[in-house]
Amino acid sequence: MAKIAPYRRPNPDTQPPYLHPAYVSTIKRAPAKSLIYLPHTLSEVTGPSFTGAAIDVKACDLTRQHSGNPLGERIIVSGRVMDEEGRPLRHSLIEVWQANAAGRYLHKRDQHNAPLDPNFTGCGHTLTDAEGRYRFVTIRPGAYPWGNHHNAWRPAHIHFSLFGAAFASRLVTQMYFPGDPLLPFDPVFNSTADENARNRLISLFDWENTIPSQALGFKFDIVLSGREATPMET
Amino acid sequence: MSRQATTSQTVGPFFSIGMTRMKRDDLVSAGASGERVTISGQVFDGDGKPVSDAILEIWQANTYGKYAHPADQQDKPVEASFSGYGRIPTDDEGKFRFTTIKPGQVPDLEGKLQAPHIVVSVFARGLLRRLVTRIYFPDEPTNAADFVLNLVEPSRRETLIAKMIAGVNGALKWDVILQGSSETVFFDCGL
Ligand SMILES: [Fe+3]
Repeated sequence: MAKIAPYRRPNPDTQPPYLHPAYVSTIKRAPAKSLIYLPHTLSEVTGPSFTGAAIDVKACDLTRQHSGNPLGERIIVSGRVMDEEGRPLRHSLIEVWQANAAGRYLHKRDQHNAPLDPNFTGCGHTLTDAEGRYRFVTIRPGAYPWGNHHNAWRPAHIHFSLFGAAFASRLVTQMYFPGDPLLPFDPVFNSTADENARNRLISLFDWENTIPSQALGFKFDIVLSGREATPMET
Repeated sequence: MSRQATTSQTVGPFFSIGMTRMKRDDLVSAGASGERVTISGQVFDGDGKPVSDAILEIWQANTYGKYAHPADQQDKPVEASFSGYGRIPTDDEGKFRFTTIKPGQVPDLEGKLQAPHIVVSVFARGLLRRLVTRIYFPDEPTNAADFVLNLVEPSRRETLIAKMIAGVNGALKWDVILQGSSETVFFDCGL
């Protein structure tokens, strides 16, 4: 029986706490009791993989899911998915969802009185390539109001869901845009203590991937927990 | 210097736009062997109110105790008809339900077999990170010696063990209580 190499644990300050009262929904949903440290067993170092069969190759372009063009500023969001050592996460599923250019989600519970866009659903998915790279074409989402506190607005963001190679590396996060004046006021973005960790959620303007007369580029690299090289003594 | 894993953020209230495409509440395709079970339950918040905007993801071994994953090097059969992954959103009443195969036993860190279990991630608005828990099975003699169950104080272990629904064969009930005196046991799994 080979020893199991666990996945790396994050530095606690680089991840948000469960209870963050400024984000009001955490108050009744955060566990009150301490979590129990779970050594990684075979159950945690394995996880689902999604092959080409489950992937619609057109799903990485959110601007071509309807007969017309969606309104808003066309953008290209691309980057690399890697582990802490910079090793690429290959052929790994990424799912995204977002509001339209007016800041409205195509969702029955979104009550914002901004218009829906008949040419924009706001969801996409893709697999990373052999170097861990991904690329989405979409429109820049609008900021939207929410009921968390007086005059609360979420900064523009795109939700990202990633699996990596194992249950232990599963991550859902949000990508933000550089220079957004709402970032200092957002309790979700600011829930993480470590400023550098927070700032890594902000994409970079990407001149190289900007297409003349077509779309602005934004770069967002994502790091997932990777396996320790050698089994840890427990 | 090594990098740090990207910071987690909540799925928010509108995750169904991106995540229900892959809804999988029936893990059992034709040809999968083993004992079929249907597990249903409800997610509650600290006020005992149902959580209608949560989504569970599950991961488990097949009936032989083999994961469909290259890191599982056990000499046991993989079944193409059973991937072991499920994704189940809660409904307007915070209820969820899925059908699967009762998993076989997989080894723990010492190579001793764990009791049959399903690993679970819980995502919801208000959860800045996922919560990680496990579902174990009732009337399972191997529970007593299970390495993970024994990390939990005895009075809280029952939150991890599904209950039989009397009179319905293969039907189990298992709730998720996010906060409170009967709070579900959640694990620190890293991310
Ligand atoms: Fe959002």
